[in-house]
Amino acid sequence: MSEYIEHAKGGVSVGLVRKELFTFAHPPEVMRLESGSRIGPVTIAYETYGRPDPQRENTVLILHALSGDSHAAGYYTAEDPKPGWWDIMVGPGKGIDTDKFFVVCPNIIGSCMGSTGPGSINPETGKAYGHDFPVVTIGDMVRAQKALMDHLQIKRILAVVGGSIGGMQVLEWVVRYPDMVRAAVPLATTTRHSALAIAFNEVARQAIMADPNWNGGDYYDGARPNMGLAVARMIGHVTYLSDESMRRKFGRRLQKKSDFSFNFNADFEVENYLRYQGIKFVERFDANSFLYITKAADYFDLQSQHGVGSLVKAFSKTRAQFMVISFTSDWLYPTYQSKAMVQAMKKCGLDVSFCEIEAEWGHDAFLLPNERLTLLMKSFLDRVYAEIQP
Amino acid sequence: MSTLKFNHSKIRFDLQIIASWVEPHSRVLDLGCGEGDLLLYLKKHKNVVGTGIEHDEAKVAQCIEKGVSVLQGDINEEVLDYPDDTFDYVILSQTLQQVYEPAVLIESILKIGKKSVVSFPNFSHWLVRLQLLFSGYAPVTRQLPYQWYDTPNIRVITLNDFRRFSKTVGFSILKQAAISVQSRKGKSIAFLPNLRATFGIYLIGR
Repeated sequence: MSEYIEHAKGGVSVGLVRKELFTFAHPPEVMRLESGSRIGPVTIAYETYGRPDPQRENTVLILHALSGDSHAAGYYTAEDPKPGWWDIMVGPGKGIDTDKFFVVCPNIIGSCMGSTGPGSINPETGKAYGHDFPVVTIGDMVRAQKALMDHLQIKRILAVVGGSIGGMQVLEWVVRYPDMVRAAVPLATTTRHSALAIAFNEVARQAIMADPNWNGGDYYDGARPNMGLAVARMIGHVTYLSDESMRRKFGRRLQKKSDFSFNFNADFEVENYLRYQGIKFVERFDANSFLYITKAADYFDLQSQHGVGSLVKAFSKTRAQFMVISFTSDWLYPTYQSKAMVQAMKKCGLDVSFCEIEAEWGHDAFLLPNERLTLLMKSFLDRVYAEIQP
Repeated sequence: MSTLKFNHSKIRFDLQIIASWVEPHSRVLDLGCGEGDLLLYLKKHKNVVGTGIEHDEAKVAQCIEKGVSVLQGDINEEVLDYPDDTFDYVILSQTLQQVYEPAVLIESILKIGKKSVVSFPNFSHWLVRLQLLFSGYAPVTRQLPYQWYDTPNIRVITLNDFRRFSKTVGFSILKQAAISVQSRKGKSIAFLPNLRATFGIYLIGR
């Protein structure tokens, strides 16, 4: 996902928030990963907004995408120039209303935003894990989130909500912990990557691994593979846009010049934009985390991992209500992939709503201000919450 | 047919009749559900478990805003995904005249639903007949308000046609109502329905 953090119009916000840490699998305990590897201790960074109701039935769990973090809404300090990444959706009176709901947003394991990842210190060596960090899966991420829910004493979640890789976690939650989740909102996501999606991820990973500074993943003591990560981000960013949005945003416009420079500087606005996005990303993200998280997304295959190849079987365990949303111009996770999951949910007799929102912004549409999405989210959550009131 | 009495006037007269035929606590699929008014009504007053299918994104959004479950999609395709006997009723309200393959759709409907309610505007209403007879132009009425070149209604159906259609396709008509909503309130038509009714509503079964 991209850097589309916007201030809420009118400035309504959850206000000042704080990043919390929860650590589990302290020795002698370990967390066993799906790959068979063991890891411990494991730390999850998370934030909460709003308050639990007396029955603790109003939890909305927000799950972030590739480059997201626990900071979904609000500000860390009064001087903070930017709010959290989904501040347009999360806050008082917003789509996910923090006046009504207790919102939890954890950072995924494998990331570099506070949760245990390849850049964290390996207690066995006293140095960063680097390439010793085990490959994690979407299932591992969700199991770690379950540990956090247990820690927060949340037995039932009102709704799990997430887009893109966050949407994969949503789907993993409902099939892995069917009794815990009342409702689910998978946005702009898929039950498994297409060859196209895997291909783009692989090109991005190769860009990182081809950077000499990557050094097999052990670079935390020296220069970082910034160039590789920037190129990886540039590739990713293209897949989040669309032909239409790029034509509108850049067209063939030149960057502050009237003619070509006849060299390899950034002549076109789109080149300049992508370079800027790449450089900006390097400042805040770790190249190894990019590798691990994209690999987890590529491995994700809900029908194989939970349904012996059948999506219907995978969803047969869940009782959740669904609202599935896709966007017309999303060619990374096209609508047909959302429709495939809806079809399986129908066959399971699940209560599902599906809406394909007309949007020209490609995959990233779910992060952009969108009145329809906000209203649908609000209505759906209100309905689910109303249905459990005595 | 006896006079139909309704004290709830919030939904359209034809929808009131459909609602009166639906048993409480049943499972209902509404094909071409529009903004979800009927499903919301059935949910509130009959405690049904309902789902709609609607093509138009804005209408789909309005359903969700009302708390009605809805799938955006094509009714002809969406009906194919459900297991047999998923629903007690499948409602096809004022949509049959827009369906490309009515026989195929009705067959699909009666697989996934035990019963179905089908309604459509009656093309043999006297006003339609007179318009064509005297003006020589394709009829335009309140129930069929389109010109020939912009109408979504690709089928013209009369009450008699539907009865014959039931024999051709092989389904049974369990209940029927011929209604006129020329006047604001709407009433049921017992005498010469094929001539005097603006709408036909049928409860059909296998």
